[in-house]
Amino acid sequence: KIYEPEVHSDRRKWRMRSVSVDLNNDASLVIDIPDALCERDKVKFTVHTKTTLSSFQKPEFSVPRQHEDFIWLHDTIVETEEYAGFIIPPAPPKPDFEGPREKMHKLGEGESSMTKEEYAKMKQELEAEYLAVFKKTVQVHEVFLQRLSSHPMFRKDRNFQIFLEYDQDLSVRRKNAKEMFGGFFKNMVKSADEVLISGVKEVDEFFEQEKNFLLDYSIKIKDATAKAEKMTRSHKNVADDYNHISGALNNTAADNNTAFKNMCVLQKVEDRMASDQELKLTELLRYYTRDIQAAKDLLYRRARALADYENSNKALDKARLKGKDVAQAEENQKQCLQKFDKLSESGKKELTSFKARRVVAFRKNLIEMTELEIKHAKNSVSLLQGSIEILKSN
Amino acid sequence: MVISCNLGIVFIYFLQSKPITPTSAPDEGDIFSEEGSYIRSDVHHATNGLHSDEELDLFTGISLHRCTMTRNDIMVKCYLSHQHTSVQSLEATVELTLTNTTSQGRREIIGPTASACNTTHVPNSILKPSIVTKTMEELEEEESGDQFELNIAVTNPEKIGDGMNAYMSYKVSTQTTLPMFLNKTFSVRRRFSDFLGLYEKISAKHSLLGCIIPPPPQKSVVGMTKVKVGKEDSSSAEFVEKRRAALERYLQRVVAHPSLLQDPDVREFLERDELPRAVNTQALSGPGLLKMINRASDAVNKMTIKMNESDNWFESKLQEVENEEQLLRRLHAAVDSLVNHRKELCINTAVFSKIVAMLGSVEENSALSRALSQLAEVEDKMEQLHQQQAFSDFFILAELLADYVRLLGAVRCCFEQRMKVWQRLQEAQSTLQKKREAEAKLLWANKPEKLQQAKDDINEWESKVSQYERDFERVTCTVRKEVLRFEKEKARDFKQHIVKYLESLLHTQHRLVKCWEAFLPEAKAIA
Repeated sequence: KIYEPEVHSDRRKWRMRSVSVDLNNDASLVIDIPDALCERDKVKFTVHTKTTLSSFQKPEFSVPRQHEDFIWLHDTIVETEEYAGFIIPPAPPKPDFEGPREKMHKLGEGESSMTKEEYAKMKQELEAEYLAVFKKTVQVHEVFLQRLSSHPMFRKDRNFQIFLEYDQDLSVRRKNAKEMFGGFFKNMVKSADEVLISGVKEVDEFFEQEKNFLLDYSIKIKDATAKAEKMTRSHKNVADDYNHISGALNNTAADNNTAFKNMCVLQKVEDRMASDQELKLTELLRYYTRDIQAAKDLLYRRARALADYENSNKALDKARLKGKDVAQAEENQKQCLQKFDKLSESGKKELTSFKARRVVAFRKNLIEMTELEIKHAKNSVSLLQGSIEILKSN
Repeated sequence: MVISCNLGIVFIYFLQSKPITPTSAPDEGDIFSEEGSYIRSDVHHATNGLHSDEELDLFTGISLHRCTMTRNDIMVKCYLSHQHTSVQSLEATVELTLTNTTSQGRREIIGPTASACNTTHVPNSILKPSIVTKTMEELEEEESGDQFELNIAVTNPEKIGDGMNAYMSYKVSTQTTLPMFLNKTFSVRRRFSDFLGLYEKISAKHSLLGCIIPPPPQKSVVGMTKVKVGKEDSSSAEFVEKRRAALERYLQRVVAHPSLLQDPDVREFLERDELPRAVNTQALSGPGLLKMINRASDAVNKMTIKMNESDNWFESKLQEVENEEQLLRRLHAAVDSLVNHRKELCINTAVFSKIVAMLGSVEENSALSRALSQLAEVEDKMEQLHQQQAFSDFFILAELLADYVRLLGAVRCCFEQRMKVWQRLQEAQSTLQKKREAEAKLLWANKPEKLQQAKDDINEWESKVSQYERDFERVTCTVRKEVLRFEKEKARDFKQHIVKYLESLLHTQHRLVKCWEAFLPEAKAIA
């Protein structure tokens, strides 16, 4: 029989702070995910909204949502032409229970060869890991919604409102939307952005700098995220080993082994340090990898608008030469220019605030991480000192 | 009569079941017939100045010491040994070791004795030789502490030769105040096969008595080949260090054993400049040895005759030992995994540190850029800390556990030894029985000429049976003593190592605090 944990959360247990800056500053629209249920790796989020805006039917309400609903919301926003000049908050990644699932498998296989204590410890480990993944995914979904609600344009988005309010199952709507857009925009962006962005001749100093910075930075931060993940995974393995050591010791009466049991406590500290590092640093890097991508997408859209504008110029020249459809070509050119200017203007604003946001987020998380590391290391020190004293005095 | 210099060592070991009546100085022909031979010598005084004149009187004319003891109270071992020196003079050292089996632990007095032996009568109560160097309390304290009169270090591994015939030579340094050695500090060079040879020699002598012989470090073809071939990488350096430390621990365990310390082979190993090459060490190393031990225990388990134990002690103790061995194996596997994961963490941290540095260099905000490069440095320091911690994980914990898994195997051997002795006794008893039956038959058949032969046979086997009975009692006593000593030492060893390990963790955590505290202002400076 395979062991499958059921994890449930509630508001009091884990109020997570987001990797981004506090986004719930505006009381007119406050969103959070106070509750979530995890069943067989499918997560059901409870999205809770409190608002003073008249566009909503009620001042406070909650709806159940799945991960796919979030993706639908993200996609509709991406595909909305008006938002081309904005950095679209990155979609939350799919809940990934692969790690704990593997462990669960190992637990099931190894059950016969383990002692009861070892099995219990591994089960405990497994539950903790499930909970950690769970917490993370809730946090990341919450941040997504909060970024939308704190943005002057997105918060007014019709689909956003539907997402928050619609008390029926969204899956029907989702299907229709998919058929309509077909993911066209999204696919285009993904395949061509690097080439187009780097290929375009840039006249604006600001955007030239941004382009170079973002291209380089995105590669490095993606790499850093992967390596941070590897490092924190190793750290967790070390913590797990302490767990196994103390597990192997529990079933013995020998005196000196009781001293070793302090490893149990040490393990918890190590584990917490690894998770905190994970949450603060790795999550930060992971989040900004996605955010950088969103910024790059903005550059791409602007670059495409620029390309369109250049093309419209060429078309106008051709029309003038031929003496045909000049008015139409002029109109087209004017519109392209307008679009491009609009994108450049809002793009500049967005990218500037993005810079500031990034620096603030890094600062906040680095400080919190460092303070936690110090706290845990000091805790370790006092625990170890205590154990050593006890042992020496015996 | 001067004994030639090539004489080996003789030790006389007796457990008296009946009191010996004191006599005056023994005649030349007087031999402790029960215990084996002795060697007599006139000793010229030693020139190293360690012994007082009184002692020298010990040896003129008297070759042996006799002591009275009461049954069950005191077991006395006397050793008479001859030291080989390049000069003609011989030095004889006598140590009197006392063990009181009825008290809690062992008390040992190591030191030359004089007046006690000048008279041939020694009181029943505790032997108190006058030139004993310490009082019993002092010695007990010393024994319970780490202080030992003998310190051994194995250092300076050096590769001798080239190619497949190359070998590592290690410097074995001894520092001691024990008078049985020529000098206070001295060193020799030994190679791995010498250590195995030592094991073979002492095992041959002492394991039959039921002593726990510390097993030598394991041979490793892979490890050694890399070294021979001359691979100058970190793994072969690690291998050499691992072996050096293992050899050191091995020797330390050997000399921590009171009987083994007295063994002249051990002394020769520590002192003699050139040792003859030990051959046939193949069978003794690593897997070979383990196989031998396991085969022995299998054989014992299959023994159909169950021992008739007067008390449960041996049976339950053996079970305890087997359980403990299993436990330690599991623990060792877990610690091994810890070592590997920590090494992985090391590598991953180093990699991460580099990428953070690169990220910092790309970052456009200058304060954040600086903070990121500081973070990279912190991670770099952490990598070093992890490296050191992995080292501690291995050398303090993993090796301790591995050593004790093998030591427990040696303990099992010693139980098996006792079983063998018992079996021999059983067989002798049944042979005696048969001889008696044969005699009875002859009596009945009235064949007087064969009767004498039968009577002789019976006498022979009677004395064998009584000797084997004594052997068995002696082995039983030794095994019991050895196990208690082993347990005490193990508890002490573990405690010591655990404290050391926790201290290493403490050190790491201290450094971590410092690293992060140094970084915090940098993080706060981001604007």
